Amino acid sequence: MPEHTPERLRALVDAFLRANDPAGERTAFLRARFDAGLAWVHFPPGLGGRGAPRHLQPVVDEAFDLAGAPDNRPRRNSIGLGMAAPTLLRHGTAGQQRRWLRPLWTGEEIWCQLFSEPGAGSDLAGLTTRAVRDGDDWVVDGQKVWTSLAHRARWAILLARTDPGMPKHRGITYFVCDMTAPGVEVRPLRQLTGEAEFNEVFLTGVRVPDAHRIGAVGEGWQVARTTLMNERVAIGGLPLPREGGMIGLLARGWRERPELRTPGLHEEVLRAWVRAEAARLTALRLRQQVAAGEPGPEGSAVKLSFAELAQWISGLEVEFLGAQGLRYDDWTLRRPAEPDLLGRTATYRYLRARGNSIEGGTSEILRTIVAERVLGLPREPRVDR
Amino acid sequence: MTDLLYSADEEALRDSVRALLAAHAPGQRVLARLDGDDPYDGALWARLAGQLGLTGLAVPEAYGGAGAGFREVAVVLEELGRAVAPVPYLGTTVATRALLSCGGSELLGRVATGDCAVALAVCFATAPGTRPHPLAVAPDGTLSGTVPGVADALPCDVLLVPAGDGLYAVDAAGPGVRMVPVVSLDATRTLADLVLTGAPGRLLASGAAAWAALDDALTAGAALLASEQVGVAQYCLDRTVGHVRERHQFGRPVGSFQAVKHRLADLWVEVTEARAVARHAADRLATGHAEAPLAASLAQAYCGPVAVHAAEVGVQLHGGIGFTWEHPLHLYLKRAKSSAIAFGTADRHRAAVARLVDLPAPGHGVPVA
Repeated sequence: MPEHTPERLRALVDAFLRANDPAGERTAFLRARFDAGLAWVHFPPGLGGRGAPRHLQPVVDEAFDLAGAPDNRPRRNSIGLGMAAPTLLRHGTAGQQRRWLRPLWTGEEIWCQLFSEPGAGSDLAGLTTRAVRDGDDWVVDGQKVWTSLAHRARWAILLARTDPGMPKHRGITYFVCDMTAPGVEVRPLRQLTGEAEFNEVFLTGVRVPDAHRIGAVGEGWQVARTTLMNERVAIGGLPLPREGGMIGLLARGWRERPELRTPGLHEEVLRAWVRAEAARLTALRLRQQVAAGEPGPEGSAVKLSFAELAQWISGLEVEFLGAQGLRYDDWTLRRPAEPDLLGRTATYRYLRARGNSIEGGTSEILRTIVAERVLGLPREPRVDR
Repeated sequence: MTDLLYSADEEALRDSVRALLAAHAPGQRVLARLDGDDPYDGALWARLAGQLGLTGLAVPEAYGGAGAGFREVAVVLEELGRAVAPVPYLGTTVATRALLSCGGSELLGRVATGDCAVALAVCFATAPGTRPHPLAVAPDGTLSGTVPGVADALPCDVLLVPAGDGLYAVDAAGPGVRMVPVVSLDATRTLADLVLTGAPGRLLASGAAAWAALDDALTAGAALLASEQVGVAQYCLDRTVGHVRERHQFGRPVGSFQAVKHRLADLWVEVTEARAVARHAADRLATGHAEAPLAASLAQAYCGPVAVHAAEVGVQLHGGIGFTWEHPLHLYLKRAKSSAIAFGTADRHRAAVARLVDLPAPGHGVPVA
């Protein structure tokens, strides 16, 4: 009998719930769940897991959910859970993993990502934030941008240039930066929707201990690839029921407002419905592949389609609404934890969706990645390597 | 929940079909047949039906079949599409579905062994939910009339003919049956105009049962054709990627240019999505799900245009060689374009989707209060 089975995991959760009251104090409960190896089961023992296959995670989550246990509010710490944690697991030292993974998983410490810069977006390896060695520390100076959660985060994963003399991909080192350290200044970055989900982060003489370096000096790019790969997985693949996304809002509007229907829009709504359903089934197939332990490259397809569909459907919706499509709800500077795509006006969705093909890798970069890594097409000749 | 993956058995089936096709139906041989008398490959058909038993996959064991199902049939169709194999498997499968809906028939046993190829005598462009004009039934029970553009009819032994208020089995070689070959856009799947003049027929089903059998068959055709379209599209993508990796211009592989890369990346996304949609349609059909008609219409609304796009992009990115007769890519273009009409165009299936999920056209349907 294999070591890890759904039955055994359910039995472990049952035993845990007998010893720990799910209605008790939230943080204590989550810490205990982590220590019992029932947080992320594919992580190793001692780090919140038990080395079980990743596809068994839903078994554990559902068992806790059924018991009414509090979860770790994964959406509040999406960068920590989705990107920092897998990177720390793969490249961090045992000490770093012990220090950071537990409060990360329980949500006691929020994480953000200091990667993009004003001069380094798609060409991330062109970043110019400098880290200079000074005794046991590094002194960091530079500017980062598009940092979601920076105003709530305790820690940041940080890329900085440690050797300007090397070719650009080889002079970068990966750090963990304390967001409460002197010299870290966070300013809201207002976007075209009026709100500020993101921040600019100015780093002026920020001291980062060498003990907070992840991986070897000059090998930050390799470490960052783990993070970025997980970013693409994290963005795609949410399970949705039919008409669960933006297409549902458009379809409901179509059913409820017969006076707004036109033949041309009918044709477009049907085309969008069909494409949305195709994309939904593709995301579902990706989840089934992951659950079967054979993830495919479908994640890139999911992200490309999601961005295109969100833009197309929200644009259609604004047009369908006619006079109401002239209105917006609120231009004041808000600080949402995450965009409220389904709760605000269609015009908000239309504007926010413009970012979908830019954030987390532009659609152009993603197409190049698909062409080179999935289809195996040759790279373009480059002058910067 | 809909199972969108391939089982180990399905993958093994794919391997054996692919190996057989690689040995006996390489692209150049399919192409060479077009200049011969009969584009259909009878020897290949005998191997697929007899040696591999593919015609028996969807036939229950009680009738001598393998009792597998339409998920497996869909995998076979992916491979046949990938090879544009000139065999009447799709037509036989659709007719098999009609026979199953009629409550079984001794014909099923002969279909399962490959002794008998069966075709549904309706125009290949007929969409599910439409009723083709039925042929006339004389008082003596013989059938008369014309059915244009019937696919996979020329090599078949028995025709299933909607006539009067019923569905009849007619021996293709019997009296009063004439099949006029059509010069078809897709020469690897021949069409025939069927002319019946006092042909004897055996009644299989009548009234509502006959129409239900016809509709089940057309729904199965629309659902399963999607898998063939995925096979066609995947072949075009693979072959084109291979070409642009090798072909050099301006001192570098053509596939290193971003204009080429991005078109192929977009095509990969389409084919990836089409596969999920086609798997969904096959699974809904195999499990007899109430939403099988919706899944079938979704599949034809999406997968048909994807196969056409894949073939068109393939021809374009092959450059001059893609426009020649000697390169087999044009077989895929022709297969894709005619398949996009078979069992109803994408537009007709979008209209079906509109009906099935309540997205009515302007001025139609009762609005929700």
